[in-house]
Amino acid sequence: MAKPAKTLTNQEIVQTAGKKAGKSLVMRRQYQLLLMSTPFVLLVMLFSFGPLWGWIMAFQHYKVALGLWQSPWAGFDNFKLLFQDPQFFNALRNTVVMGVLNLVTGFVGAIGLALFLNEIRFVFFKRVIQTLTYIPHFVSWVVIANIFATLLSPDAGVVNAILMKLGFIQEPLYFLGEEKWFWWIHTAASFWKELGWNTIIYLAVLVGLNPEHYEAAEVDGATRFQKMRYISIPGIMPTAVLLLILSVGWIVQSGYESQFLLGNPVVINRSEVLDLYALNYSTSIGDYSYGVAVSMFKSIVSLVLVLLVNYTAKKTSGSRLF
Amino acid sequence: MLVRRSIGDVIFSTCNYILLLALGIGTLFPFLNLAAISLNDAGDTLKGTIYVWPRVFTLENYSTIFANEGLASAAVRSVIRTVVGTALGVICTAMLAYALSRREFFLRKTYNIILIITMYVNGGLIPFYLLVKNIGLMNHAAVYILPTLIGVFNVIIMRSYFEQLPEGIVESARIDGATDFQILFRIVLQISLPVISTITLYIAVSHWNSWFDNYLYASRNENLNLLQYELQKILISSVNQVMSANTHIDATDARRTNPETIRAAMTIIVTLPILLVYPFLQKYFVKGMTFAAMKE
Repeated sequence: MAKPAKTLTNQEIVQTAGKKAGKSLVMRRQYQLLLMSTPFVLLVMLFSFGPLWGWIMAFQHYKVALGLWQSPWAGFDNFKLLFQDPQFFNALRNTVVMGVLNLVTGFVGAIGLALFLNEIRFVFFKRVIQTLTYIPHFVSWVVIANIFATLLSPDAGVVNAILMKLGFIQEPLYFLGEEKWFWWIHTAASFWKELGWNTIIYLAVLVGLNPEHYEAAEVDGATRFQKMRYISIPGIMPTAVLLLILSVGWIVQSGYESQFLLGNPVVINRSEVLDLYALNYSTSIGDYSYGVAVSMFKSIVSLVLVLLVNYTAKKTSGSRLF
Repeated sequence: MLVRRSIGDVIFSTCNYILLLALGIGTLFPFLNLAAISLNDAGDTLKGTIYVWPRVFTLENYSTIFANEGLASAAVRSVIRTVVGTALGVICTAMLAYALSRREFFLRKTYNIILIITMYVNGGLIPFYLLVKNIGLMNHAAVYILPTLIGVFNVIIMRSYFEQLPEGIVESARIDGATDFQILFRIVLQISLPVISTITLYIAVSHWNSWFDNYLYASRNENLNLLQYELQKILISSVNQVMSANTHIDATDARRTNPETIRAAMTIIVTLPILLVYPFLQKYFVKGMTFAAMKE
């Protein structure tokens, strides 16, 4: 049985004194911490939860003059109208198609480029290529759209010039003025913008792979291609699968800036995504309730997708551990 | 050491270098093409395709832009927005991240949960537009700053960085009687240069690049027009012009400037700051991205 200490050692006295002093310090400290955090948490909440308040309008025939309190109720009228409008389904189709195209090309492109970059031994060359391919990620969509408009221009665009020189076409094509090209141009622009940047995570994983595997393969006489096929690709697969699953959740959320900028009234049947459809109804036609209903539909669908996908991702990555 | 390389390896390697080189050129070419067009005589540009070198060199396109008062002041406003927005954004993000990194903070968990929830909640474009309208930010300079002041993702990156700093530094400063504001600004930020640089760059680039808030929330106030929005207007008008004319502009119609060359010069002006800054700061961008990705 241990004897209880009768007298406090010097060290213990210092510790208790420190604890007491610490208590009063905690209160003062927390006051400053509160000041540092609360205003900003409130700000984030305002801009995140604030819009949800507007969802009420989806169930009203909102009139600006009457305001949110006086506007007449509409029940589900706006949603009924929505699901009868072929233009809505058109916008939904555009959103999904361009989302899927971006996802697939971006995913395959990033993994491929990462694998090829990983095989480069000449470090300087690798750095230069990385630096170059990251650049488009940092320029705005306005710039990207201008670049593509210039390249594809029927007047002096390089693409038309080359195609004509090679004899594929006789007359310059209006790439941005024909519906059938829009999805592909949009996909190409997104691909070009994000290709390099998307490789970063895969390159980080590849660098982290166990070098012993490569050394062992070398001893066994494996070719470069075999090493890529049997070591690098399986090495990045878990990350790739996880990222793929996670990004499926964002398919509906793939943005509207690029479609807005690359599109024009002539190709609107292919370029109008849900947000632009909603925007058109609200700001041009003035039917806010209808716009809110579209936004609400999109938000709910994407939230369900994201949650579903996160759940799946957790299950797959969890089972992968064993 | 004996280097044994099979023919297959050599072929693979060569193809790989060629492929990546082509990709590098493919990334660079559009920028060079635009730069060449922007430095080429407007009338001459219509006569035939410019590739990466101007045929009839001129600075006319640039001087036309700088002579335009609207565009020049838009450029100044863009710079001001970027500087002010970035300074405020970094300071506020750092304060929030610091508070959330302190384990003893009694609201730490609550605030963390709230912020995570806000990442999933998205009211949608139109409800957001109506919120901006209702709180009186429409056509007000604050609409450029407030909605994007705090990026939750940036907060998470910074918080994780602060959390892995040695606890002893903060503790000893506290024993010396330093307050949290002093600890953050005099100590923590001084030793967090990598993460500060990364976040600063992210915020600065997004301010410089944004145009949609200008278009949607501030287009009625001419005093708030930014460079990106001016460029977007030029893009729309020139594309529409091509569309409505339905035949391409007659090559003999040589004018001193045309929308195509002006647009190219504008695009270069808007892109140049990023191109100049980027190569020197690339490592910070990549560091931040890798860190964030690993967090996921």
